[in-house]
Amino acid sequence: MVQLLFFYFALVVIGLGLRIVTAKNPVHSVLLMLVLFFHMAGLYLLLNAEFLAAVQVIVYAGAILVLYLFVLFLVNLKEELKMSPFVEKGKWLGIAGAVALFITFMRGVVSFTLGPHGEYTIEKIQQMTHTKAMGQAVYTTYILPFEIAGLILLVAVIGGLALAKREDKGA
Amino acid sequence: MEILWILVKIIIVFAVVMLHVMYATYFERKVIGHMQVRMGPMRVGPHGILQPIADGLKLFFKEDIIPTVADKKVFYAAPLICLISALSAIAVLPFFEGFAIANINIGILYIFAMSSLASYGVVLAGWSSNSKYSFLGGLRSSAQVISYEIAMGLSLVGVMMMAGSLNLTDIVHAQMNSPFKVYLIPQIIGFFVFVVAMFAETNRTPFDLPEAESELVAGYCTEYSGMRFALFFMAEYIGMIVMSCLAVTCFLGGWSGPFEVPGIPFFWFLLKVYFFIFLYYWVRATLPRYRYDQLMALGWKVLIPLALFNIVLTGTIKSIFG
Repeated sequence: MVQLLFFYFALVVIGLGLRIVTAKNPVHSVLLMLVLFFHMAGLYLLLNAEFLAAVQVIVYAGAILVLYLFVLFLVNLKEELKMSPFVEKGKWLGIAGAVALFITFMRGVVSFTLGPHGEYTIEKIQQMTHTKAMGQAVYTTYILPFEIAGLILLVAVIGGLALAKREDKGA
Repeated sequence: MEILWILVKIIIVFAVVMLHVMYATYFERKVIGHMQVRMGPMRVGPHGILQPIADGLKLFFKEDIIPTVADKKVFYAAPLICLISALSAIAVLPFFEGFAIANINIGILYIFAMSSLASYGVVLAGWSSNSKYSFLGGLRSSAQVISYEIAMGLSLVGVMMMAGSLNLTDIVHAQMNSPFKVYLIPQIIGFFVFVVAMFAETNRTPFDLPEAESELVAGYCTEYSGMRFALFFMAEYIGMIVMSCLAVTCFLGGWSGPFEVPGIPFFWFLLKVYFFIFLYYWVRATLPRYRYDQLMALGWKVLIPLALFNIVLTGTIKSIFG
């Protein structure tokens, strides 16, 4: 059952991914992306990572993708639809490159081995709930990377503020 | 057997919620009518009691008009996204002891995820209609929902910290065991932020800028007619019911009450939910609409800082006394 679900989610994710980059209308791409995020969340649920699944939907689908839509509405879609692809001549070169990259990755995956198991077993996570387990890992073992990530985000926020402010003065 | 029981539960809850949606519209017109010294609907049945049925029939048989330049696929999908996301959120709500369709560990997050999904319906409806009024409504909605979702999420963090769980049933149990029996008193700041954000999240007055009938015709649903329009309408009312239930579950102790009512385990829950729904109408009859910049200023400069302060305060008190 779990395997069947995994294959369903994985196939849909790959199929939708292809459809997203080939769709002509960017708004349709965003809609398909929304469906894709739900299937990603499904994959997380299969891994017992319920918190990640919910955050995936809330953050990516709920916030980031809405901003994408916002940006798409501001550009003129009708002109964009008639535009020819950027690389008309080098199309086959691009496909060859992509296939080569794919083969390289597949060969890399073969030599991939599982690392040693950590202290969080599936039973332990189920018992203490995933949210709690993740919170404890993030705020104890991985506190330094977590703080660094927070600092980087803060820099981005201040940078965004500075950019917005400067434009305000110029106008 | 288990699956059969879940199916039965789904059917019961769906029927009850749809019945509530029907009569929420009637109740709204009556309440606002009486607040404005009118009678409200009076013609269909005694005191207009059959009005929702008449409305439903009328909407069902109306012609379904689709603008020729509309993006058809997206135009069809938008009301369905709204309705499905609103309905799915009901699945995790605990109505009384041991009765929730899905008692999952991340109940609150799930409701957030579903309510953020609902905004897509509104935004895409605005875009796909290919009409300026609809488009403005959709744009307003996307900005509003992003801003107020943050405030709403942060306002519930205090509740999560006090209960130590994201499971809605566990939150109700934690409240029953707390000294005040409800989180309304210790989490009064969070409750205030939540209620304001709740109005913005469901696009109701004073934050009904996405539809703003006096400036944008009907906002994002201007081009919709007949049953498709009714789907948006249903989604909005289900959204109100879900938000009211969430407020009751997180701040007012869910199904618990001062004494047990024999035979009706959901008595107190329903009573509290009805209060919140009445509050929606009360506010609608009382307050004028916010201006757009005021709405944004309120969200970012007042509600989010207040919610953050509430988190720090709750954390400090919990680390000292807990």
